[in-house]
Formats: sequence, C-alpha cells, structure tokens
Amino acid sequence: MTFINYASREINCKIVYYGPGLCGKTTNLQYIYDSTAPQAKGKLISLATETDRTLFFDFMPLELGTVRGFKTRFHLYTVPGQVYYDASRKLILKGVDGVVFVADSQEERMDANIESLHNLEENLQTQGYDLSKIPYVLQLNKRDLPNVIPFEELSAELLKKGEPVFEAVAKDGTGVFDTLKAVAKQVLTELRKG
Amino acid sequence: MAETPFIIQEHQFQRIKSVLARLCVECAARAVFLVDRDGQPIAFHGEIGDMDTTSFSSLAAGNVAATTSMAQLIGEEVFPAVVHEGERESIYISVIGRSLLVVVFDERSTLGLVKIRTKRASHEVAGILDEVAEESASYRLNNNSFFAEITDEDIDSLFT
Repeated sequence: MTFINYASREINCKIVYYGPGLCGKTTNLQYIYDSTAPQAKGKLISLATETDRTLFFDFMPLELGTVRGFKTRFHLYTVPGQVYYDASRKLILKGVDGVVFVADSQEERMDANIESLHNLEENLQTQGYDLSKIPYVLQLNKRDLPNVIPFEELSAELLKKGEPVFEAVAKDGTGVFDTLKAVAKQVLTELRKG
Repeated sequence: MAETPFIIQEHQFQRIKSVLARLCVECAARAVFLVDRDGQPIAFHGEIGDMDTTSFSSLAAGNVAATTSMAQLIGEEVFPAVVHEGERESIYISVIGRSLLVVVFDERSTLGLVKIRTKRASHEVAGILDEVAEESASYRLNNNSFFAEITDEDIDSLFT
C-alpha cells in the first residue's frame, strides 16, 4: 500500500522481487545498491543464511527524487526463492505496490520458473491481490549463459498479461535499472489513476 | 488494482508526533517509533542519532510478521506485544491493528513502565490511525487533482 505523508511530503512504495531460488533477485538489489549514490539509498539489509541464501528477505530503500514536491521513495524487497520458505514469501507480499518476477533463463530452471510464478499468483491472492491488476514486470535473467531458452519461447511461457519484459544479466547490471524503472513507472501511474 | 493509498495529513501527523513525544518522556525511552505492519516508517521521536530508521522499521515489521505467524502455528491469533531484551538496550513492540508502536529503551527505564505507558498511547494512536484510514479513501476521491497532475515527464525525470 502506497504511503503518502503530507507533513513530510513523501510518497513511499513497496516493490517485491519474486522468483525461483538462485534466479538473481538478490543480485538485482545488490547491483542497484552498488550503483546508487550514497545519498539516495539506505542500507542493504540481507537476512541470509550462512551460505548467503536469502532466509527471510533482502531490503533496501531507494530515493528516486521528487514528483510535484514529494520525495519518492521505493522500498525494494526480495523474497527467499526456495520452495519451503513459502510462509516468508507470503509475509513479504503484504502491502506490495509492484512486483518484479525474475526468471532464470536456463533450460533446466524452466519448471522452477513456472512453479514460482504459480506460487506468486497464489500468494498474491491470499493477500487479496490479483496479478492481472497490480504493477508487474517480467525479467528474464542470466541471458549470458550458454544454455538459455530463446527469448520468444521463454516470454511466451511466462508472460501473464502483456507486461513489460526485459532481458538481463543482473551480475553485470544489464537490464537491472530498465526493470526497476518499468515497475516504478507502473506504480506511479497507478497512483495517478486513482 | 492496488489498495487505497494511506494518506496522512499534516494535522494527523502532528497529533501522532505529539503522542510519541509524550510517550517517550513518560516511559523514559531512548526513542519511540510508529511503523506500519508492512514496514513503512510513519513517525518517530527521541534520540535517533544516525540510526537507519527506514531499515529499523522494515525489520520491526518483519519481526512482528514472523512472530504473528508463529503465534498462529501454536493456536494464538497474534502476540500483541514482542519484547527483545539486550544487555543495555531493549525493544518493546506493541501491535496496534495494522501498525506497530516500537519503544527503544535502556537502563533509565523498565519493561513494566514501558508496558503501562505504551498501552495508553496505543489507544490514542489507534484512534488517529483509524481516522487516517477512513479519511484516506474520501480524500483520494475528492482531491485527485494532485495525483492526476503527475505527468509522464515527472515520472521519467526520476530516472534521468
């Protein structure tokens, strides 16, 4: 749920990066964090296991600038991707304003992508949201690897509603900001629509 | 469609701030925070220093979300309060509807005092937040011009 504070003139929105385990959700956030000026970001909080797998969530606040005199701040979250962390994923979707689905483009991860996408739809429904109606972007990550499914084929399999699709290599930043910009723009456009 | 935005007006924000300021003094706390259960910071008062209040709010909400789910697994609906006691600093979190009142205190105060004082403040804050929630929807309907005036150029300018 978007938070608007007229006293401090701030708009706060929540964006969640979703996707199967090891698809690159945290890498997206890490790249955004590393590439953003210190004054525009808070700390990158990672609640991770000893092996750096996301246990609960990663979080970073990102200030993008002002719209009509209001500071616009996006709170970026990732969810843990592994199947058995479903309870955590549900919690993190609470109050979401926009979702990025990060798909792993490798052939052998296709089933995991589909399972995670179903899981996203179900968990959104549990929280009272409908994927077809909320700001949503699809990112096809790891496009630099040799065994990736062709763009058209992967898009055809994962597209839900004609959402923007971006090819990405999150570890070197390719497509990371395009993805963020697309979802942020949808969130603000939604605010304008009322 | 996303939920109705939560719109806090200046006068409501000031009322919240004054409740937090009073609570901070009454329970000799180091700082007091009001946080939305989704992790958005609403207001705070006290010795903040260089504390990252945004991260603190997000983690407080995550903490309560996790303990609430644990409560449900053992047959409780919710744990209305969560306490973390440290060697010097402690945290008391009171769940008020969809918000959290978080008190950070040290050896200058006691858990008992914090609990008693927070209870009263919780009722006051809950009243203001109910009003904010009710008025958000009607304000949004009647004052859409601000949002409608946001142009594509405004949005694009955030990314240049």
